[in-house]
Amino acid sequence: MLAKRIIPCLDVKEGRVVKGVQFVDLKDAGDPVEFAGFYNKEGADELVFLDITASYEQRETMIEVARRTAKEVFIPFTVGGGIGAIEQIRNILHAGADKISLNTAAVENPELIREGARIFGSQCIVVAIDARWNEQIQDWEVYTHGGRKGTGISALAWAARVESLGAGEILLTSMDADGGQAGYDIPLTRAVCEKVSIPVIASGGAGKMEDFARVLTEGKADAALAASVFHYRHFSIREVKEFLREQGVEVRL
Amino acid sequence: MIGIIDYGMGNVTSVRNAFAYLGFATILTDKLAVLDSCSALVLPGVGAFGSAVEELQRKGLFGYLQGRREKGSFILGICLGLQLFFERSEEDPGSRGLAYFAETIRRFPSGRKVPHMGWNRVNAGADPLFQGIGQGSYFYFAHSYYAPLADAESQLARCCYGVDFAAVVKQGNTYGLQFHPEKSGEAGLQLLLNFGRMVESADHTRY
Repeated sequence: MLAKRIIPCLDVKEGRVVKGVQFVDLKDAGDPVEFAGFYNKEGADELVFLDITASYEQRETMIEVARRTAKEVFIPFTVGGGIGAIEQIRNILHAGADKISLNTAAVENPELIREGARIFGSQCIVVAIDARWNEQIQDWEVYTHGGRKGTGISALAWAARVESLGAGEILLTSMDADGGQAGYDIPLTRAVCEKVSIPVIASGGAGKMEDFARVLTEGKADAALAASVFHYRHFSIREVKEFLREQGVEVRL
Repeated sequence: MIGIIDYGMGNVTSVRNAFAYLGFATILTDKLAVLDSCSALVLPGVGAFGSAVEELQRKGLFGYLQGRREKGSFILGICLGLQLFFERSEEDPGSRGLAYFAETIRRFPSGRKVPHMGWNRVNAGADPLFQGIGQGSYFYFAHSYYAPLADAESQLARCCYGVDFAAVVKQGNTYGLQFHPEKSGEAGLQLLLNFGRMVESADHTRY
């Protein structure tokens, strides 16, 4: 059976990890590659690097992170954040990343999804959807620009659209749940998972090990992404996976 | 030297990185004279069956690969590389692959998430390629089309995702892997190490 995936996410700014420097056993706790190696040993199934570098000129630093990671860590990893052109996708994949994730640029120019999938294959193209419940329209709304800008687009409709454009996977973040550590957004995740037939990674809200179990069963997600709970050592990836196995969820251990 | 066949299909950086990590030298090339100097060939590949067939033909690699097979060279196909070993694919019904295997590559039936993306268990028969790798180990897959089960002799390992399919096929010294060993953690590295050692020991016998 296909295992459910547990994916730690690293925020990287100008080539350095910015959150969760709690790793006393790392030589350089700000080095994304050291983090990647650590999480790999702990049993991470994949890694996501989110580039939050503000200036365009510094973006090359992420290519270098991808290049170094690919030389030392032999599990799949995704690079996201600020990607808006085919040439950027090419450079990141060529550096050794397995997938890239598109967010704002995909909303502004959906053809980028189609073009990326055509050139590099659907399995490389992840679309990240940041969604928040909108009481007025009684639907989840897609946000862009790091969650700052509402688009009026229904998250469910957008999920279906990105699938038809050739996205190979959806990275779904609930802005309502994100940062609260009160559990993943089960209704949103489940609604998107039932809407599309490509894999969905749930993100936002992980606090307890039970949260992972819920989103992977009730929420029907194929993978669960988390950052703080791993960075701040609330529990390890291995502990989550052992817990999941006890709960009857198929995981790679 | 392990020759990675460069035919413009997909990402080869990670395959080269994995071999380098294990201490095996590789060269990325489409030049037949350079491939001649390589003791083993790797046919990687990500992308569509039809365009891969076109590229291989354009570069004269169809006949070349057949020649190397007949000489008994080790050839490793990865992902689309495995699929190209088959005669046809539902992805591009008009294209004819290398046809080492007569079956047709199929698309996963609806009702499950496609691509089949992530870690799945592989059950392998006895072969030096799987030396030191536990039965039912997980490997990383990312594909929408699959090779149906072949005859017992050529099917070295199987996997299940709604349907049972071939995870590894083998014919002489030609191996095809549906999963990505270069992204399959320890198990994948062990498999590539086994492949590299098989190539080395064959070299030593020859000279």
